[in-house]
Amino acid sequence: MKFVTETIVLAVGAFIALLGAAFAQDRLFEAHMWVLFFVLLASTLFMVRRISFAPAVATKSSQDDEGYFDEVVKYGVIATVFWGVVGFLVGVVVALQLAFPDLNIEPFLNFGRTRPLHTSAVIFAFGGNALIATSFYVVQRTSRARLFGGNLGWFVFWGYQLFIVMAATGYLLGITQSREYAEPEWYVDIWLTIVWVAYLIAFLGTIMTRKEPHIYVANWFFLSFIVTIAMLHVVNNLAVPVSFLGVKSYSAFSGVQDALTQWWYGHNAVGFFLTAGFLGMMYYFIPKQVNRPVYSYRLSIIHFWALIFMYIWAGPHHLHYTALPDWAQTLGMVFSIMLWMPSWGGMINGLMTLSGAWDKIRTDPIVRMMVMAVAFYGMATFEGPMMSIKSVNSLSHYTDWTIGHVHSGALGWNGLITFGAIYFLVPKLWKRERLYSIRMVNWHFWLATLGIVVYAAVMWVAGIQQGLMWREYDEQGFLVYSFAETIAAMFPYYVLRAAGGGLFLLGALIMAYNVTMTILGYQRDEAPIPGAAPKLQPAE
Amino acid sequence: METYTAMRHFADSWGLLAMTLFFLAVVVFTLRPGARKAAERAAEIPLKED
Repeated sequence: MKFVTETIVLAVGAFIALLGAAFAQDRLFEAHMWVLFFVLLASTLFMVRRISFAPAVATKSSQDDEGYFDEVVKYGVIATVFWGVVGFLVGVVVALQLAFPDLNIEPFLNFGRTRPLHTSAVIFAFGGNALIATSFYVVQRTSRARLFGGNLGWFVFWGYQLFIVMAATGYLLGITQSREYAEPEWYVDIWLTIVWVAYLIAFLGTIMTRKEPHIYVANWFFLSFIVTIAMLHVVNNLAVPVSFLGVKSYSAFSGVQDALTQWWYGHNAVGFFLTAGFLGMMYYFIPKQVNRPVYSYRLSIIHFWALIFMYIWAGPHHLHYTALPDWAQTLGMVFSIMLWMPSWGGMINGLMTLSGAWDKIRTDPIVRMMVMAVAFYGMATFEGPMMSIKSVNSLSHYTDWTIGHVHSGALGWNGLITFGAIYFLVPKLWKRERLYSIRMVNWHFWLATLGIVVYAAVMWVAGIQQGLMWREYDEQGFLVYSFAETIAAMFPYYVLRAAGGGLFLLGALIMAYNVTMTILGYQRDEAPIPGAAPKLQPAE
Repeated sequence: METYTAMRHFADSWGLLAMTLFFLAVVVFTLRPGARKAAERAAEIPLKED
């Protein structure tokens, strides 16, 4: 491989990071630049060892520009599995920290630092890698064109990993701009912007150079996800750094405008990162796995336009009963409720794709996983609008009910559809006849589903109890419970929640093992799933 | 008129109308007669190869 320029850029980057550490304005920036320096230095050394010094002609043949650019998708799948396990593990740790406060190991592993580590690891590291990998896979197949931009795909992949490492180490060091789901400080935000623009160019370029006249609906969803996240990220992170070589920055907005900007970002991160992007996966991988076209293509187009037209207004429902003007709160609530229609239209479309092949739920654990994902999409998008209604929100807000809701969507919908896509992709990408074990997929399915059900049910009880305790007055108008009492009451639920998360993590570990063995080329000797179509035997 | 008020009035009048009309036009265009054939062809795209 000839990556001479790239290696030089890495080395220069490492040197600049070193300068950043030397001239840092504060200790945190210095520490963070040391992290960056060592990451870039290790990458440089790795690349130097791989540079081929043979004449250009000789190496040309090894570089194949034919066919699809699947190498980066392979890396993306492995990164997805890796970050998934890390993110779920941190989630279980965080859950245990809430139940047993002694597990807060100061200063680096405080809940305040591990919590954003968990949310960013699962949303951006696990979900983001899944989205980048699947979007690169899907856009090439449905456009029948190689990924645009040559090695741009590599830059997107590795640049995104660097963003994840910088964000994660920043949290543990205590660097945060305290905007939910956008905690990294200004210099990491700028890096992500650069990577994201490269992502947009690679994706859009592939669509522009497509050989298929029509742009398949999955690509519409992926494209809206990429474009909207770019817009949200830039606006939400508009900030003025205090110094050029320091971590601290101040938001360009203040007061309630700042709050609304944050939740405009926060809710649309849910709407476009965790919904639109993953719907792109749904509209490709479910038809592929059941080998049938999507139930109604026209419904999928209406699903798309309705979703993007409505989601963008729903953010204010995170700010009910705050200083946000009343009309804005109501607007957010109304649009959230209207979202029921496209969400359920999309769910029905996904489920009905199985019509005529319903038996596959019984015989194919991967289809079962995808169907459960769509079912959770339906459940979470039913619960969400309901919780956005002001009177419901007055009970549910700030309680663990919200956490339960988020997890039924994130674990159920995003998690399961990603697992389904991974199980579909791994044998295809590594050209294996089948997965190492289909039965392990079944184990993964049940462990994950049971884990989510335990998690969500426990959080409903916890959240409603918490909400009722907070609003309980005695006949003289005094609050009945002190805040500490409501926390103590949560203990059994917090332990159960950690148990549910543990089941989900266990399922992910099984997946990691299954995927690893498939990549290494093994096949587990196991009985087929009962009812699965037997392989056709040649006539004797 | 201050900028905030001007933008708000624009958003809940002409802006709202334009977006609603665009959305309705998309729905009508998608459901127009004759779109069924094209939609069925498009739905087959992922199944065409590998």
